[in-house]
Amino acid sequence: MIPDFSGPDAWIDAVSAVFMVVGALMSLGAAIGLLRFPDLLSRMHAATKPQVLGLFLLLAAIGLQMRTWWVWPVLVVAWIFQLLTVPVSAHMVGRAGYRTKHLHRELLTADELEAVVQKAAAEAARKDSPDGGR
Amino acid sequence: MMHVVLAVTAVIFSLAAAGAIIRIARGPSLLDRVLAADVLLAILGGALCIDMAVNRHLNNLMLVVAISIIGFIGSVTVARFVADRRVKPNDS
Repeated sequence: MIPDFSGPDAWIDAVSAVFMVVGALMSLGAAIGLLRFPDLLSRMHAATKPQVLGLFLLLAAIGLQMRTWWVWPVLVVAWIFQLLTVPVSAHMVGRAGYRTKHLHRELLTADELEAVVQKAAAEAARKDSPDGGR
Repeated sequence: MMHVVLAVTAVIFSLAAAGAIIRIARGPSLLDRVLAADVLLAILGGALCIDMAVNRHLNNLMLVVAISIIGFIGSVTVARFVADRRVKPNDS
């Protein structure tokens, strides 16, 4: 059961085992965050852990276990596409959550969207007014 | 050593999936459920990766790549629907 750490194989196995366990713990952390955090925006913060760092660690574990070089480009492609697509869904979900008031305003330290929303609302009101804003 | 890792990660992933499913069932809003479904998809991809790494095969690699490419479409679609329903509160 106890491996001998004389060759590089055992070390690679140990590193990939650590990667796998830590990558799995990222998922557990996301689940705990989903259950414990109070509102949508803080839950989104927890939900990104397994999507980026967890996936990176697990893909690195695959690359270490396979002991080949040709598998690494495919793993990099998988991770790059995850990095490209996760912000899109996070942006859409966060914007929709802001719009539908699924957030606790007292927990925010800064609300940079507030000014933009106010300005757009004022502009829309000016356009809707009967004299065309003049 | 790999079998110990497999058992430990199986337990961790099971707990994580249970937490995500609880949030899907309980979530106060639709967006919470979408977010938990995203996490559940990430947990599924992670489990596929663990399977490949422990058993040293690459049968699921294309599935992982496909999940990472198109996995965001579902949550974007649902978020779009939520935005469309609430964007004009004075209509009708």
